[in-house]
Amino acid sequence: MLQFLHEWITTVDHKKIGIMYILYALVFLLIAGLEAILMRIQLAVPNNTFVSPQVFNRLFTMHGTTMVFFVGMPILFGFGNYLVPLMIGARDMAFPRLNAFSFWISAFGGLLLYFSYFGGSGLYGAGSAPDVGWWAYAPLTARVFSPGHSTDYWTLSIFLSGIGSIGTALNLVATTLCMRCPGMKLSRMPLLVWLYLVTGVLVFLAVSPLTAAQIMLCIDRYLGGHFFDTQAGGSAVLWMHFFWIFGHPEVYVLVLPAFAFANEIVPVFSRKAIFGYPAMVSATVGIGFISLTVWAHHMFTVGLGAGANAFFTFSTMLIAIFTGIKIFNWVATLWGGNIHFTTAMKFTIAFLFQFPAAGLTGIMLSVSPFDWQLSHSYFVVAHFHYVLVGAILFMIFAAFYFWYPKMTGRMLNDTLGSWHFWLFVIGFHLTFDFMHIPGMLGMPRRIYTYEADRGWAIWNMIVSSGAVFQAVAVLLFAWNLVRSYFKGDPAGPDPWDAWTLEWSTSSPPPSYNFAVIPTVESRRPLWDLKHPEDPDSQYE
Amino acid sequence: MTTAVPVPHQPVEEWHQPSRGIVGMACLITAESAIFVIFVTAYLYYLGKSLTGPAPHDVLDAPIFATVCLLSSSITVHFSVHELRAVRIARSAWWLAATVLLGSIFIGFTAFEWYDLINHHGLTISTNLFGTTFYSLVGLHASHVLVGLILLSLALIFSIAGKVTEHHAERLEVLSLYWHFVDAVWVVVFTVVYIIGR
Repeated sequence: MLQFLHEWITTVDHKKIGIMYILYALVFLLIAGLEAILMRIQLAVPNNTFVSPQVFNRLFTMHGTTMVFFVGMPILFGFGNYLVPLMIGARDMAFPRLNAFSFWISAFGGLLLYFSYFGGSGLYGAGSAPDVGWWAYAPLTARVFSPGHSTDYWTLSIFLSGIGSIGTALNLVATTLCMRCPGMKLSRMPLLVWLYLVTGVLVFLAVSPLTAAQIMLCIDRYLGGHFFDTQAGGSAVLWMHFFWIFGHPEVYVLVLPAFAFANEIVPVFSRKAIFGYPAMVSATVGIGFISLTVWAHHMFTVGLGAGANAFFTFSTMLIAIFTGIKIFNWVATLWGGNIHFTTAMKFTIAFLFQFPAAGLTGIMLSVSPFDWQLSHSYFVVAHFHYVLVGAILFMIFAAFYFWYPKMTGRMLNDTLGSWHFWLFVIGFHLTFDFMHIPGMLGMPRRIYTYEADRGWAIWNMIVSSGAVFQAVAVLLFAWNLVRSYFKGDPAGPDPWDAWTLEWSTSSPPPSYNFAVIPTVESRRPLWDLKHPEDPDSQYE
Repeated sequence: MTTAVPVPHQPVEEWHQPSRGIVGMACLITAESAIFVIFVTAYLYYLGKSLTGPAPHDVLDAPIFATVCLLSSSITVHFSVHELRAVRIARSAWWLAATVLLGSIFIGFTAFEWYDLINHHGLTISTNLFGTTFYSLVGLHASHVLVGLILLSLALIFSIAGKVTEHHAERLEVLSLYWHFVDAVWVVVFTVVYIIGR
């Protein structure tokens, strides 16, 4: 037992680190999901007193921070860590020890955030966990308004996880550029690897500004600096800029890996090669660039002036074109394909409906006058949860059903998978479709309760009931993960008859991945191998 | 574990990929540049917005000599890599020593400047917006110089101990990339703080 623990704690194997990232994210998914449930219980009926206003503020702060930094990022890095070296025919990442360092420092960041429940009070008796919201606008984060240490734990945990993210992103980029097996030209890499490459570059450009802003916040809180001190001429708007220069590209850091999973799952279960590989690559690079120029659409109500509003409206709309290219390519891949409705494919198809819907409310909100009307309302909350849950979490589930056999050597149970899928779809649509309505009726986000005569009560009850479905579905999923590990059907090296290199080795792969480093001649090396009479390579 | 599908291994002639050390350093430089952009933006944004004194033109003098030292250290480290490549290890060590010396002169000047500002002009990080942004931007750069100096000194110690061979040329080159980056950042910081800001 001790030796087993020692082996995992000291490992530099990209597969073990990937699995640790995923497990650690799953634990935080359950915690942050519980926080969401508590908030939905509080909001289910008007004038509820289930939690106090202070506790409610802590709940939404911890829920948002945890979901973005300690669920979304680690789970996607986990899959990236696991899959990228396997898909390019490498035996490990470019910097294995940096990989372990990045994981452990990120994990420490998550523990630090939750330690605030015990240590946040400090000597001031100022209350436990941070309650400044996940974007922590100045000057609320100043010592005067946030005494105690809870905000310090918030800023330090994000700072540490930021360092970990940059380290992992550096590793992913260096691995992709330097560790490809012979014949794996950039134009032959699986699309997943391409998307992780762009994600890595976005992490450098997006997470670093947040790290810089956290350094400034620490200087303000500990050394008496004035960066965001409005009493000394500092600017609260500057913090908003710095935060959203991180915040919006971050959405793409999270969603590009989700796209990456779809790029692998859609073709395999349509039994066709992906449609428009070059268009997919260029659309991804396009998204990467434009995502850096849209941040102030989070700040339309600040009063930046008509010119700035027009620019950010335009750039935000422009990004819809590139994401549209992707949607059309996936649909074209499905077109005429022999579609297999496995659990992974069901989640992917739900994603293909839900992601455009989320994008459409995004285009509505990109129109600045419309945004003035609905900013800081539940409409916005519904919009971004449609992206984060309806697109990203759905694709994460799909990725589990698709690659779990590779990671463990056993299939996930399909019956449980169907229950998980249908309960989650029903719950998702109950919660997040109906959440748009109280938003349009004027319900602001982040309120801990409301009066009965506002006409929001029925909608909030529906939204909260959907949360119950989702909770049951996630618990079923967790049970499936545990049960299948011991009792699942053996998977074999290639259960889906897929075409990328990770399926050429055993499940789970040996620590060296490939006994002999493979050589590839096309984008689908396993297709070439299985169909020597009609290999892809002859069309390149 | 069932048997895996073997993927054929054929020797492919000429399969070149970039060195991971250089790519890794390029990534680090990209991420660090983004951090510096944020600090430079804050400095420029808060220029002249301090509610109290002292102001930059009252207290700052352009550190010309220190700047010349730091910029020339980029040249010396380049020569050091060049000599190591050409297997002239002793010469490489001398150029490395010159680099460490020049970098130390720079950091010494910064220390002296800060001592003067704090003790004779009463400017600290909490005095006003200028103090906050000045110490954090210049301090962020100085901390990068310090990290570079520590790494260069380690390389120098290894070199004196006779542990460095021409096989380490690429590692030294990766380190020199970092050092060039630190110098390039100083050009920006110097321009912003001592020319535009004064």
